[in-house]
Amino acid sequence: MDVEADSFPSDEVLVARLRARDEVAFALVLDAWSTGMLRLARSFVSTTDSAAEVVQETWLAVLQGIGRFEGRSSLRTWVYRILVNTAKRRGVREGRTVPWSSLTTEDEGPTVDPTRFRGPGDPFAGHWREFPAAWPSPEQETLADEVRAQVARALAELPDRQRVVITLRDVEGYGSDEVCSILSITAANQRVLLHRARAFVRSRLEEYFTTVEAARGVGGEAVTS
Amino acid sequence: MRDLNCNEFVELVTAYLDGELDAESERRFVGHLALCDGCERYFDQFRQTIGSLGDLRGEGLPAAARDALLSAFRDRPS
Repeated sequence: MDVEADSFPSDEVLVARLRARDEVAFALVLDAWSTGMLRLARSFVSTTDSAAEVVQETWLAVLQGIGRFEGRSSLRTWVYRILVNTAKRRGVREGRTVPWSSLTTEDEGPTVDPTRFRGPGDPFAGHWREFPAAWPSPEQETLADEVRAQVARALAELPDRQRVVITLRDVEGYGSDEVCSILSITAANQRVLLHRARAFVRSRLEEYFTTVEAARGVGGEAVTS
Repeated sequence: MRDLNCNEFVELVTAYLDGELDAESERRFVGHLALCDGCERYFDQFRQTIGSLGDLRGEGLPAAARDALLSAFRDRPS
């Protein structure tokens, strides 16, 4: 899950080195975590510049507070919690308020278009009308790049809370307990937001692959005719 | 207990992957997965989607901000 786990120093070592003013250790965490922090901050504030300022402000707060870090969570979770609080305050100042404590209507209803399934009265009600179409295997690097672009676009379209949760879970690789702790949400709500977000991104990839396959079919005809 | 419908199966994938289904629901989920090609494909594509999310690349902190933070670290009062 965590690609840093093997080569990255343990929290105990990191915290000791940061307290001892070890600049190499600071550069290490700064470079390892800032990309994810920027991506997360961007969901709370209005602009990329604003997100960069939130990340800067967070690191300054981390430097001030490192002496008080007690190790009750992992260092990274502690840093992310400071980030989320900083970003939320900033978002409020920018007039962006996201209701975190409860789900809203955009989090309700089926996550797959109900018309994909047979309706009531059909002997196979609730089963697929047509199975989802197969996807090409993403072996070629050009396809992988395009898939990444589609996924990034789909993320940008998500409601803020769903984007924040899927970013932490699937892009950053946090476990559900850590995400609940960082965002102060219940496990049940976390799962609802995550599932909706994943289903939406899958549906966008499905649309993309269907369009690509259709275009390839038309192109093939044009060449042979 | 009756089998799951496909439209019920698709709503349980994340709970299943997180190991949050109770024993009976998990048995029905796995049973349906084994029998339904459409849901098997949906399940595989769902996991592929999660994999693609983990492949995303992002922008780092702007160089000026990184430099400013490193100086702040060096110069902070002890």
